[in-house]
Amino acid sequence: MAEYLIRNGFVYDPVLGIDGDKKDIAVKDGKIVETTALSKPTEINAAGMTVMAAGVDVHAHVAGPKVCVGRNFRPEDKLFNSTPQAGIKRMEGGFSVPTTLRTGYNYARMGYGFVMEAAMPPLFARHVHEEIRDTPIIDEAALPVFGNNWFVLEYLKNKEIENTAAYIAWLLRVTKGFGIKNVNPGGTEAWGWGMNCETVNDVVPYFEITPAEIIRGLIEANEYLGLPHCMHVHGNSLGEPGNYTVTLDTLKQAEGYTAKNDFGRDTVLHHTHLQFHSYGGTSYSSKGFESKSKEVMDYVNKQDNITFDLGVVTLDETTTMTADGPFEHHLSHMNHLKWANVDVELETAAGVVPFIYNPKSYIAGAQWAVGIELGLYAKDMMKTYITTDHPNAGPFTRYPRVIKWLMSRAAREHMLEKELKYGDSIRNTCYIGEIDRELTLFEIAQMTRAGPAKVLGLSHMFGSLRPGCEGDVAIYPYNPEAIDPSRDPELIERAFSTAQYLIKGGEMVVKEGDIVSNGSKRTFWVDCTTSENPQVQRDISEKFKRYYSVTEANYEVSGHHYVPNPYVIEVDASQ
Amino acid sequence: MVPKIKLNLISGRTIQQGVSMEGGKEKPAYRNACGIIEIDPADFKKLGAWRNTNVRVTSTFGSVVVKAIEATQGPHPGLGWIPMGPWANQVINPNTYSTGMPTFKGTPVDVEAASDEEVLDSITLITRAVRGEL
Amino acid sequence: MAKLVTDVVCPFCGTLCDDLEVSVTDDGKKILDVYNACAIGAEKFLHSQASDRITRPRMQDEDGNWKDVSYDEAVEYTAKILADAKKPLMYGWSSTNCESQAVGTQIGEVTGAIMDNTATVCHGTTLIAVQDVGIPSCTLGEVVNRADRIVFWGCNPAHAHPRHMSRYSIYPRGFFTGKGQKSRKLVVIDPRCTDTSKLADYHLQIEQGRDYELFDAFRVAFKGEKLPDTVAGIPKKTIYEVAETMKSGRFGIIFFGMGVTQSLSKNHNIDAAISVTRDLNDYSKWSIMPMRGHYNVTGSGEVWGWLHGFPFALDLSRGFARYNPGDTTSNDLLRRDEVDAVFVLGSDPGAHFPFGSVKKIWGLPSVCIDPHITPTSAVCKLHVPVAFVGVETGGCAYRMDNVPIECRKVVEPPEGMLTDEEFLKKVLTRVKELKGA
Repeated sequence: MAEYLIRNGFVYDPVLGIDGDKKDIAVKDGKIVETTALSKPTEINAAGMTVMAAGVDVHAHVAGPKVCVGRNFRPEDKLFNSTPQAGIKRMEGGFSVPTTLRTGYNYARMGYGFVMEAAMPPLFARHVHEEIRDTPIIDEAALPVFGNNWFVLEYLKNKEIENTAAYIAWLLRVTKGFGIKNVNPGGTEAWGWGMNCETVNDVVPYFEITPAEIIRGLIEANEYLGLPHCMHVHGNSLGEPGNYTVTLDTLKQAEGYTAKNDFGRDTVLHHTHLQFHSYGGTSYSSKGFESKSKEVMDYVNKQDNITFDLGVVTLDETTTMTADGPFEHHLSHMNHLKWANVDVELETAAGVVPFIYNPKSYIAGAQWAVGIELGLYAKDMMKTYITTDHPNAGPFTRYPRVIKWLMSRAAREHMLEKELKYGDSIRNTCYIGEIDRELTLFEIAQMTRAGPAKVLGLSHMFGSLRPGCEGDVAIYPYNPEAIDPSRDPELIERAFSTAQYLIKGGEMVVKEGDIVSNGSKRTFWVDCTTSENPQVQRDISEKFKRYYSVTEANYEVSGHHYVPNPYVIEVDASQ
Repeated sequence: MVPKIKLNLISGRTIQQGVSMEGGKEKPAYRNACGIIEIDPADFKKLGAWRNTNVRVTSTFGSVVVKAIEATQGPHPGLGWIPMGPWANQVINPNTYSTGMPTFKGTPVDVEAASDEEVLDSITLITRAVRGEL
Repeated sequence: MAKLVTDVVCPFCGTLCDDLEVSVTDDGKKILDVYNACAIGAEKFLHSQASDRITRPRMQDEDGNWKDVSYDEAVEYTAKILADAKKPLMYGWSSTNCESQAVGTQIGEVTGAIMDNTATVCHGTTLIAVQDVGIPSCTLGEVVNRADRIVFWGCNPAHAHPRHMSRYSIYPRGFFTGKGQKSRKLVVIDPRCTDTSKLADYHLQIEQGRDYELFDAFRVAFKGEKLPDTVAGIPKKTIYEVAETMKSGRFGIIFFGMGVTQSLSKNHNIDAAISVTRDLNDYSKWSIMPMRGHYNVTGSGEVWGWLHGFPFALDLSRGFARYNPGDTTSNDLLRRDEVDAVFVLGSDPGAHFPFGSVKKIWGLPSVCIDPHITPTSAVCKLHVPVAFVGVETGGCAYRMDNVPIECRKVVEPPEGMLTDEEFLKKVLTRVKELKGA
């Protein structure tokens, strides 16, 4: 394999504590190595550029059934943005729900190397894996959803953590999943009857368990197994004014738990797209709505076992999609656009609704402010990650814009003064106008690489340029000595949108801004061994026989064509 | 003068159509399953023909000979039913009206007895029709 | 002696039953019997064993005389007509696995083809309606476990999806539906008295082609507004009564078929059907599901969805993906003489397209890839028989509710026969050479 020596770039690596020092980075045989280990490297002159480990995305909806619903039912999303085949690069199309091909290429163009598909319905795991397979370049994994799964609800109702854990280990194995996703705990099962769970104490119909019990039970099962990633939750009442109290109640469920794993992860609860969960007030009007980002962050900043991602609203026309079925139904009644829903037997549901975050409306601007505020109030940037809950709050291709807003007060003021129609109301009802903080490149590297890699339990591979890590290096045309974020914020966005080079797994895939290789992407999954559990085996067989529409033997994802290039992380939880 | 009746033609699946299709479309069983038109007893009366005689079905778009049988899933007076297949597709309305979908259901047709004419098997029907031999 | 292969997936209809059992000879070469399948599914497995099966590619001359050719010659002809064409039509894709669909799509990318699947004559209008108004739906297991109201509108599962009623809709006992059929009310809307409508609590024998009006009448009835005395031939009393039955269920579902998609008004019928379902969600929980025909037509829509963003009528001829039903759909293209080569795999347009389109195929360079002799193979210049997917090779297929299931290989194909995927890979390699890609 080729050797690369990346010379004289400004290197940012929070893990090694490197903060913009000029350093050489060496890549050989797919890994980062000491510069002395190279024999005949191809040299890349990175002088005047920023060098980081490739980006790691902790939460995006990029592959699987609901993403494909979004693509297929929104032909308008492809209007005027398709690009033809060129060299090895295949045809691309789509904006908020791009094709798998464009998804891979666009992440590579932004210098990303690993993406976590945030919600995999287990029954549709094959579909998720087929899309992951056909997404070039980036390594990916997927989180199966558990928070409304009948096995989990029944075991946790009886406080059977060991059985819950055994079931989870089995499901991760048969779906080739990575960890535990928990969407609108209990509420999506209630949606089977057109109902919802709006607080952590609402009882799930028939199953007689509360969201709080589901959250705690899944944390316990996660730590019982010692999985690389922690329990990854999307709390109840997403998007509702006044929901921050539900969010605080959700986060409090983590109190008293500590992480137990061999992957260097030290947190037990990841709350995703916190922006959607940090609202005060009673309505979406400027008279009824207020930001509660500060209140939420006051709590988060005091905890050491919680991480979160932002979910910043980017003010685009986008496509919302979530396993929070009742929320999408609610949303379709607000904007009266087309509504797709899929309830999945025994497991989950999903809804899809197009959405326009209109900068001329008050609420879209306020939502934008809440997301940015969370990032600016955060104290520990290793526990705070940049996302747009792609494509819910905006497409992932806007991460560079989010970075710009976080790094530049001038860019935020420009939004409030020029872009948003209700800038003044937003200043009055949100905190954004009061905050001076401008994040540094070091902090951005924490939020987009080192931090997400750590919470995913992948810090031994990603997020750093430490020798031994994967040879994943992004080089951005950004000269921190020459660019002043307060004067040239647009240069931030441009630089992080178009990596000059991306080396992925030791192979050059982006060269001078162009895609030059389809890479050799891998699918990560977790193979967790537990001791024999005949009861769970019996329960599984029983449920398949009586309630599933497929047989047990036809449930498991197996075969080369689904996961042609696996990277299996083994976890031994049999002791 | 042979009486002619007007029917509203629809086509679709039948279990015999499915079975015989999988058994081989070149076989007589496929013709027997799909080279038919199901007609309501009331319409048979108007047609003045026996059950199980061959009839010619004609629309603005084409013409085909099939065997007339009594409706198996009736009554449906005024409706004619030819199982989906090359016989029905000789006469259905091919217009898609910019949807891509031909109008397979709801084609006005004339039906008249044609006891001397033969119901062709699917391969003969299609290969002769494309050559303009029918 | 025989061995039994269990959990076999039936590659016939969109019901995609996965509980078949097939007994085969010990050497794995011969199917002896098929259990649990419907008559059609069983015939599909058994016919694959026919002694008169074509096992080698063959070409016909102008007079219709067939001559055997090698697979290499077949690959060469196929690659050449696709590479030479300005705008080839690559149609079918519904009776094959997703792996073949993905390879075929790459051929389409290289040659600038129109890719269209059987939805174009089946549920294409549904896909258009979904793009207009969305679709609230669910998996079939949800129906098993929760549904107490079932509506079959313009479909006849007793004939077209024979095991649908017993596996998913009318009869099964599920988690919240322990009494099976007794816990469900069945409504059938069909202009004929079908073998399905005979089971119904309410059969509304609608005037053919007036579905849109009846859907709208239901929307009026839900709101308790006034109706004319009859709508689409149905007395208003019945409409109010059925509307009340629908509203009063805990979990309901509308299954619909060709009666709605192929009658005049087409996508607008389905638009109205989906709107009925949306309305019902203000009273209880309702879903709607198209009764997809071919066992993997859904899969081809998904594969094209993730690769190019559109579920059918995919036009790659400009170098990127376009979609415009009526313009980029097979029958419109054929009738307007807009394609200059035809490639068919996994479908039989010769039998199932209007005859005018079939005649156009006959006049063009054409290839039919199909295990059977069909009216399509009869009008194409080249016929390439292949192994049966789901019988002689596995691969992924998507059920009518989009659930992906891995088909099983039950027996070996006749010696020397290629699978769809193997043949397509050879064609892909060759078109790349011809196109210098």
